[in-house]
Amino acid sequence: MSGNLLKVQPIRNGTVIDHIEAGRGRKILDILELGNSGTTISLLINVQSKKQKRKDIIKVEDRELDENEIEKLALLSPSARVNIIRNYAVADKKIVDIPEFISDVVQCPNENCICNNERGATSNFSLVDNKSIQIQCTYCGRKIDEENINFL
Amino acid sequence: MKHIVSIEDLDKKSIMGILKRAKELLPVAKGNKKSKTLDGKILATCFFEPSTRTRLSFESAMQRLGGSCIGFADPSATSHLKGETLSDAIRMVAGYSDAVVLRHPREGSAKLASEVSDVPIINGGDGAGQHPTQTLLDLFTIKEEVGKLEGLKVGMLGDLRYGRTVHSLSQALDRFKTRFFFISPESLSMPEHVTDELENKWSTHETLNKILGKLDVLYVTRIQKERFPDIEDYKKVAGAYKIDAELLRNAKSKLKILHPLPRVSEISTDVDDTKHAAYFRQAFNGVPVRMALLEKLIRGNK
Repeated sequence: MSGNLLKVQPIRNGTVIDHIEAGRGRKILDILELGNSGTTISLLINVQSKKQKRKDIIKVEDRELDENEIEKLALLSPSARVNIIRNYAVADKKIVDIPEFISDVVQCPNENCICNNERGATSNFSLVDNKSIQIQCTYCGRKIDEENINFL
Repeated sequence: MKHIVSIEDLDKKSIMGILKRAKELLPVAKGNKKSKTLDGKILATCFFEPSTRTRLSFESAMQRLGGSCIGFADPSATSHLKGETLSDAIRMVAGYSDAVVLRHPREGSAKLASEVSDVPIINGGDGAGQHPTQTLLDLFTIKEEVGKLEGLKVGMLGDLRYGRTVHSLSQALDRFKTRFFFISPESLSMPEHVTDELENKWSTHETLNKILGKLDVLYVTRIQKERFPDIEDYKKVAGAYKIDAELLRNAKSKLKILHPLPRVSEISTDVDDTKHAAYFRQAFNGVPVRMALLEKLIRGNK
């Protein structure tokens, strides 16, 4: 690990998203819109890892991910681990579990679904399969696989 | 049980209970016997898209049980056009009634309504989604016509891709050890999301001839012109899937033919007078089945 530390310095406060499935880091940056937050972000791609062959890592300075962002992250890369850093130390480890119910995170692909057509309605999905990541719209019943998930 | 959004909301025991009660209510449904089980109760029928059959059979069912109905058959007469949300409309209507039947063009609308309503919501059809009372009356018809639901050989013919009635009916019949035969042109075949869930044996066929003799029930659906970009293709397909009395000579004598109606030309009128035709009785069965369901939802376990 000392090699990695040389490449990117530890952060003082913020969030480290570790063990991201290799290649998913850029997508996570985009979808969580981390780049727009105005703070310094480091993205490491294809880092050598013991657990996985290769992984991505994202370091977000001065910003702690909220629950909603962690839900999105879980759908994007269930293997990821979130460490909240305060004063250079890991202050909190967030469990990245795909929740049974996913509210206001994913857009239903069915244009005729009531959740896409009613003012004030929130999108709600339930997890059908947490291995292959398949979720189902609570309203219209449409099932979507991991690769077809569109985030709100 | 509070709302009926999908046929999946009912377990096998509840379904059998509703069918049993529907049979007891047949004389009331026909007007030969009076009932006051829902005396003083009000059913709201909210139809954001027209459906004469569903609406009238619900209203008939409610009134046969001594209850009354309020509602609308056309959203142009409501605040919908003023931009009122479905949630607001349902909250309001729930305050005026003891149960609400909702028909709406968007999928999932009955589920959304059930989240905001204090009174039972009955899904009377939501877009291409669910129409559980149709499934219940189909099950009731099969049980009445054939004498049982368990272990039947059921053929479904026509537009199996877009026909929501055959999707829900397949899900429901799968609990009764049904052997399914899906007969359709390839372009209108049963979707995978339905067949993937089936526990019982099923097979697909492009023609009816070879398997007709095996069937206890043949459920026919309308093939819609709109599904075919080329009208000539439609004519060919519609002609190939037409049932007439001549064809039925190869069927079991006890074969029953069901159709959700309205039919166009997929069942020839010369079938109407044969012992196979069950579709008019099926349409009537909407009344006793909806009566049984209304009783169950409005009176609860009393």
